[in-house]
Amino acid sequence: MIERTAVATTAAPVEDAGGASPSLGERIVGTSVGDRVYVAAITAFALAVPALLGLVFLEVARAGWPALRTFGFGFLTTSAWDPVQGHFGAAPAIFGTLVTSIVALVLATPLAVGVAIFLSEYSPRWLRQPVGFLVDLLAAIPSVVYGLWGIFVLVPLLRVHVMPFLRDTLHLGVLPLFQGPAYGPSMLAASLILAIMVLPYISSVSREVLLAVPRSQREAALALGATRWETIQKAVVPYARSGIIGGIILGLGRALGETMAVTMLIGNTHTISASLFAPGYTMASLIANEFSEASGDLHLSALMAVGLVLLVITLIVNGVARWLVWRVGQRAGVGAR
Amino acid sequence: MSVTTRVVLGVGVIAAIAACTGSDQKGAAGGTAVAQTSSSVDLNGAGATFPYPIYSKWFSDYATSTGVKINYQSIGSGGGIRQLSEQTVDFGASDSPMKDDEMTNAKGGAVMHFPTVLGAVVLTYNVAGLTAPLKLSGPVIADIYLGRITKWNDTRIATLNSGVKLPATDILVVHRSEGSGTTFIFSDYLATVSPTWAKAPGRGKELQWPVGIGAKGNEAVSGQVKQTPGAIGYVELAYAKQNKMAYASVQNAAGKFVEPTVESVTAAADGAIAKLPANTDYRVSIVNAGGANSYPISSFTWLLVYRNQGDAAKAKKLKDFMKWAFSTGEQSAASLDYAPLPATLAQRLTARIDSIGGGATP
Repeated sequence: MIERTAVATTAAPVEDAGGASPSLGERIVGTSVGDRVYVAAITAFALAVPALLGLVFLEVARAGWPALRTFGFGFLTTSAWDPVQGHFGAAPAIFGTLVTSIVALVLATPLAVGVAIFLSEYSPRWLRQPVGFLVDLLAAIPSVVYGLWGIFVLVPLLRVHVMPFLRDTLHLGVLPLFQGPAYGPSMLAASLILAIMVLPYISSVSREVLLAVPRSQREAALALGATRWETIQKAVVPYARSGIIGGIILGLGRALGETMAVTMLIGNTHTISASLFAPGYTMASLIANEFSEASGDLHLSALMAVGLVLLVITLIVNGVARWLVWRVGQRAGVGAR
Repeated sequence: MSVTTRVVLGVGVIAAIAACTGSDQKGAAGGTAVAQTSSSVDLNGAGATFPYPIYSKWFSDYATSTGVKINYQSIGSGGGIRQLSEQTVDFGASDSPMKDDEMTNAKGGAVMHFPTVLGAVVLTYNVAGLTAPLKLSGPVIADIYLGRITKWNDTRIATLNSGVKLPATDILVVHRSEGSGTTFIFSDYLATVSPTWAKAPGRGKELQWPVGIGAKGNEAVSGQVKQTPGAIGYVELAYAKQNKMAYASVQNAAGKFVEPTVESVTAAADGAIAKLPANTDYRVSIVNAGGANSYPISSFTWLLVYRNQGDAAKAKKLKDFMKWAFSTGEQSAASLDYAPLPATLAQRLTARIDSIGGGATP
């Protein structure tokens, strides 16, 4: 399910780059009334989705405006979040959202792409289906279940074994990234759970894209005397690169917006710390935590403003990603077709 | 796991689901959405999640004995107040009294507060080698949560627990991450006993916590405390009892260390109401109440109703139910680990119900 839509969306700009298809107007010239009604209907459907996004944007912006007007640019750069006194600054939540998402991608991408390459290139046919299915199944687990698993399994594991091992045994404690006491709930715990959660998205998309690489591409490389590894590295992966990046972006979108599991594991503290062992906050968990009992209009508005910032960051990230996919497609001639 | 625990947990899950859907609904226009008033439901209410298990038992018992059906959505105290203000429900429920500006903004006129049952907040901890409950005092708890006391063997904790060997470990402070009535009661208490706390962070359902880790819900707080040596956290009494957690005795205003029990919480209400004037609106905090046996971190939870009811028939149903709740209902409170109101208070409140106006034809 997920992989189909994802492939379709990420592949679209690549095809557009080719740009030889006739325009919509040319296609419907001289067709019957039924066709025209049909085209009108699906056009309306297609336009409804951007319109909906626009309305959401406007509504969130309108609700968040009082807070943004009160705190100005400081809303993005200060870290006091005091519902009692009415001071709101979202910097820690913005920081936490970006850090956990990026760390999650750094951890998940090699694993997910590795799984995809194994399944599409090396795996025997009988293994491909079950393993692929199980990886996809990770996407079907409700996030509250991930959160509970995190609380009862992952966090104790981190606190008792992983964190002391990283900090003391490997002496990584000299880096600011791995300093401080190991409580368990931390940006590291949140990043790890996010990595597991985005893995199936990246992996499924990558697998489908790799499987879609034409046989001739592989055969040509092999015929030139390339080893299997060289074939994958030089012929297959570059061909699928834009699709794989699309999958990573899909995973990033998921990581940025994930709420429940992160809320349960991140420690929910408004601090900016260089250490992954420290607790933090994300924008989505901040809204989830405080929305239902928000005290006063300014508080509610501040939460909506956080929602707006999250929306804008997501849009920027997706925009950059699209551009990246397009650039990769342009440069690597093979990918662009 | 006993059957009652399962039932309570089940109810909790339902409450949580209801809370989720509820918060979604009110997002759009500050409480216009409410369950469709089907003809079979006589009264609609919304509000606090904390008293939901006992309220839901009351509504079910009351429906069985009288046939009057009451629909209650546990969407949180804030949502309850908002929906009452918008007059989309017949009554609201809240763990903290409405503020003055909330009272003036209510569209249906004067709102009356009726305490229904009592809850308490207990401090749970994970300290190795303790045989008796830890003893704590208000100022010490405040300084732990302010980050001024950071070790378990701090002299101020040791003085309260003479003869107990406390470890030299760091204290990990755990608090609720989401807005909650539990946090309000706890911070109300700390602000009462500590002038520093009163200045900042102050009282609220959400605070700017000076130290510690935020965990979502009673479950996550207790989970974090159980797992982490040296941790301290606060949860509702009912939750702590049902999960057999260790909790501290707290020094009350009379200087005695009192264990939180249903009786000591009722005693706190007794101690507090002794000082109330006859014309009180019951928007009162009972933390740090007087009386030798009072547990100091106790609070009412309130039912919110308009003084002037628009609909005479509904007003009668509501008043009848409240009278039933203050007599028959109170008796079942303790079975769900809620502290019942002191008998004298229940009588005073029953008399007060008559001052609710029943609309055009009373």
